[in-house]
Amino acid sequence: MIRVDGNGGSSSLIKVRGLNKTYSRGGEKIQVLQGLNLDVDKGDFVAFMGPSGSGKTTLLNLLGGLDVPSAGSITVAGDEITRMSARKLTEWRARHVGFIFQMYNLIPVLTAFQNIELPLLLTKLSKSERRKHVETALSIVNLADRMHHYPRQLSGGQEQRVSIARAIVSDPTFLLCDEPTGDLDRKSADEIMALVDELVAKYGKTVLMVTHDPLVAARAHTTLHLEKGVLVEGTRSGAGQSVLAGGIA
Amino acid sequence: MAIPLIYNVRSVKARWTSAIVAVIGIAGTVGVFVAMLSLARGFRATLVASGSPGNALVLRAGSPSEMMGGVTLDTVKVIQDAPGIARDSSGPLVTQEVVGVVPFPLISTGTDANVQVRGVSSNVLHIRTFVKVVQGRMFEPGLSELVVGKNASTTYAGLTLGNTINFGGGKWKVVGIFDAGGSAFDSEVWCDARILNQVLKRPENIFQSVTVHLSSPDTFQQLKDALTSDPRLNVDVTREVDYYAKQSTTLTRLITILGGIVASIMAIGAVFGALNTMYSAVAERGREIATMRALGFGTVAVVFSFLVEALLISFVGGSLGCAAVMPLNGLTTGAMNWQTFSHLAFAFKITPELLIKGVIFALVMGIVGGLPPAIRAASRPVASALREL
Amino acid sequence: MRFLSLISANLFRKKIRFLLTLGSFAVALFLFAFLAVVKDAFGRGSDVAGADRLVIINRVSIINTIPLKYRDQILRIPGVKYITHNNWFGGIYQEEKNFFPQFVIDPENQRQVFPELIVPDDQWSAFLKDRQGAIVGARTATRFGWRIGDRIPIKTTIWGGGAWEFNIDGIYHGKRQEDDETQFWFQWDQFEERIPAGIKGQVGWYVVKLESPDDAVRVAKAIDQQFANSPSETKTETESAFAASWVKQFGNIQFLIVTIGTVVFFTLLLVTGNTMAISVRERTPELAVLKAIGYSDRMVLFFVLAESLIIALMGGLFGLGLAYLAVPALGAALNGLLPNLVLSLSILASGLGVALVVGVASGLLPGIGAMRMSVVNALRRV
Repeated sequence: MIRVDGNGGSSSLIKVRGLNKTYSRGGEKIQVLQGLNLDVDKGDFVAFMGPSGSGKTTLLNLLGGLDVPSAGSITVAGDEITRMSARKLTEWRARHVGFIFQMYNLIPVLTAFQNIELPLLLTKLSKSERRKHVETALSIVNLADRMHHYPRQLSGGQEQRVSIARAIVSDPTFLLCDEPTGDLDRKSADEIMALVDELVAKYGKTVLMVTHDPLVAARAHTTLHLEKGVLVEGTRSGAGQSVLAGGIA
Repeated sequence: MAIPLIYNVRSVKARWTSAIVAVIGIAGTVGVFVAMLSLARGFRATLVASGSPGNALVLRAGSPSEMMGGVTLDTVKVIQDAPGIARDSSGPLVTQEVVGVVPFPLISTGTDANVQVRGVSSNVLHIRTFVKVVQGRMFEPGLSELVVGKNASTTYAGLTLGNTINFGGGKWKVVGIFDAGGSAFDSEVWCDARILNQVLKRPENIFQSVTVHLSSPDTFQQLKDALTSDPRLNVDVTREVDYYAKQSTTLTRLITILGGIVASIMAIGAVFGALNTMYSAVAERGREIATMRALGFGTVAVVFSFLVEALLISFVGGSLGCAAVMPLNGLTTGAMNWQTFSHLAFAFKITPELLIKGVIFALVMGIVGGLPPAIRAASRPVASALREL
Repeated sequence: MRFLSLISANLFRKKIRFLLTLGSFAVALFLFAFLAVVKDAFGRGSDVAGADRLVIINRVSIINTIPLKYRDQILRIPGVKYITHNNWFGGIYQEEKNFFPQFVIDPENQRQVFPELIVPDDQWSAFLKDRQGAIVGARTATRFGWRIGDRIPIKTTIWGGGAWEFNIDGIYHGKRQEDDETQFWFQWDQFEERIPAGIKGQVGWYVVKLESPDDAVRVAKAIDQQFANSPSETKTETESAFAASWVKQFGNIQFLIVTIGTVVFFTLLLVTGNTMAISVRERTPELAVLKAIGYSDRMVLFFVLAESLIIALMGGLFGLGLAYLAVPALGAALNGLLPNLVLSLSILASGLGVALVVGVASGLLPGIGAMRMSVVNALRRV
């Protein structure tokens, strides 16, 4: 169940309490997140929306352990990542998070296969074991026939599929997506979203996605809006009611 | 229409770190180039300065140098009466000379260097008119006295005014220091020829060379004909200038060849550096270039624009390199002249002509390093360059 | 190594840049090798000089001679094993620029004192029987295309009497690569026969072979003392000291070479460092993604260093290899001006060391930058 009031149970996969993040920009201090709460269960698919500069990417970075908050805590599968050292955080990320960005996901000088293999190089798997995992991931995203192509030989949609394959190849706890369809045309965007749906529905993946596109957000279980530094549950008709106490299930 | 120059200047300023790298690479190469050539020039100049057009050298026929020569007193007497020789109140301007190579310790290392000690006639200053005694006085004939060249007194230990030194089993007093106008003689020690012969245990009346002052440079041929056709004599007559020019060939050639090889290798390296810088510039500015071309600037304009940048960078580099080695000018160093077996001090000689050559060298490197990237910049398809993120 | 494909893929990313950087390394190390070889050649005399040999010259001047009759007196000094004498002939073969050293030798003792200059026994015996015989070093023989049996005329003006002719009876080789193979030897007897009476019986210098190198100082002193206050006082020193002082007269050549080498080193560092910096800068977003995936900061540093090291070593080996091939040709160009140029193993080793150091140094700054880069900021650059 997805909650933003800080009252989620201990069974939540992802638990965020009182998250603050402040930046200094040109001498000024800007508080982007102010006491943000969030609970996400395994298998949930959440979309984050909000105006530019509202802090969506910041939230994603914090959830992924790429940044540290000014205050508050984030617990994932029982690990309180906000208390981890930088080194442990790096190891944790490799094991638990799959990232999909809007662009620059792939290393241009490596083939699709080699790109997908990257997270596995950090493990102790042998070459043949790695190959098996990569081939599995490739078949899930339906790109087995292109495994030896370079990114420049793939279309935008295909590149994102390879990114998704890389994000799932080491079977992470959850996937973080930052505007994955932002650079794609409608048709490719739909293909990617269909794939994400499959990952959630068929493979039970947990997905947290930032997007600008309402049609993309519509596919998620829940859309949350980032307003004034906290998350607010929204409906299809627009920005939602501020819910500080008690959530809508 | 040409791309405005200010674009190039600002671009270079914006990517100044890369530009500095190329500049330094070129500066280093040009510096080495100029330094090596000025070393060779300096050596040659020293030896050439030793000869004056108004003098001629008489050696035994077939002797490649003074060291190997042998001229008897009788021969000297014949020479003194020959036509074409200048005379003054002291008599015919003829100096019969003996050269020896004597070890003296170098002030810099303490080990011995072979120094050229020249036994001369007492009227030598009338013949080598560019030599002037600047401290003390000339030696007295018949006495164990030395006059020392200004370079010699600062390079070898013990050759200071008033000092007494030992060599050849005798005591010698340094009574004067002379300035020989930057020629090889500045590294020599002079004394009475007769005394030197005794000390070196050589036959008393045999000398190694005779230098004469011509009554005018044109009388050279007259003197030469007179002496070579005389059946009593077996001599060669050369202009002093030509003799010394020949003496320097070995070392000059060595320095020039070595220096040339080093400078060529460095030039290739500098060109690589310049190419690298310019290719990176083209890569980093792909979109800018495409935009300009889309705006209507033609291929030639783009090539020219990049070439100008390359030339700008290399000109700065070349000038820097020249400026950096300027302090070397006049710096004396020492080397062994194999042809005379003796140590010779000479100075780096940097001429304006050399500096210009250095800058031109830099510009050539700039063109070679700037052209291929410039052509690449101009020939990339505009559309793909614009699409680049 | 599992990361090899990632590292090498990045290396060859921009072919031209890779080749240029490789080329820069190759050129710099070629120059390094060349300078080291030349520096070696200048200092050669003192390297090959025997520690157990003494050179005796006339104290007054190296040009002056020493009487032959000193020989027996020197032999009687304890510690002296063999003694031989030489004269500098200084003749001209065809023209002056064909210079090579010609020595009058004492055949009886030559091989004992200079065992490293090897002549086949049959050639040596032929030489001994031939008054006008000559032995020539392999390098000079090759230079002029001489063969055993050739008759060689050498002009001289010092010793009187036009051209002297010799029969080449043998060719000597040096035991080590650095030994001088340019000398031309002929017999003392022939020399004595042909020179004017007034200068007979005089040698240019003596070379003594000691029973043991430890005796050097004592014996040298003893010899000079023996002839102090005589008409020809002697100056005796070890062969290496003698050669070293010769080289020192060349003074600033060392300094010049070291200076050039340093300039090259730093320029190379600058160029490759800059290239690495540009290359890393271009890849910032990719490196950020790697870090996001879970690659540690240190691994990223490692990747950058590995790249710069690989280019450095590849380029360095290439340059050193080229030098190895080119040195003989360069030596030929400088024929006669310098002792033969040899690219020794130690030069190769130090060359590799230099390449390594520059490789690490040039990758360090960009690598540290990449290591410290914050993922968040880098991705925001999009």
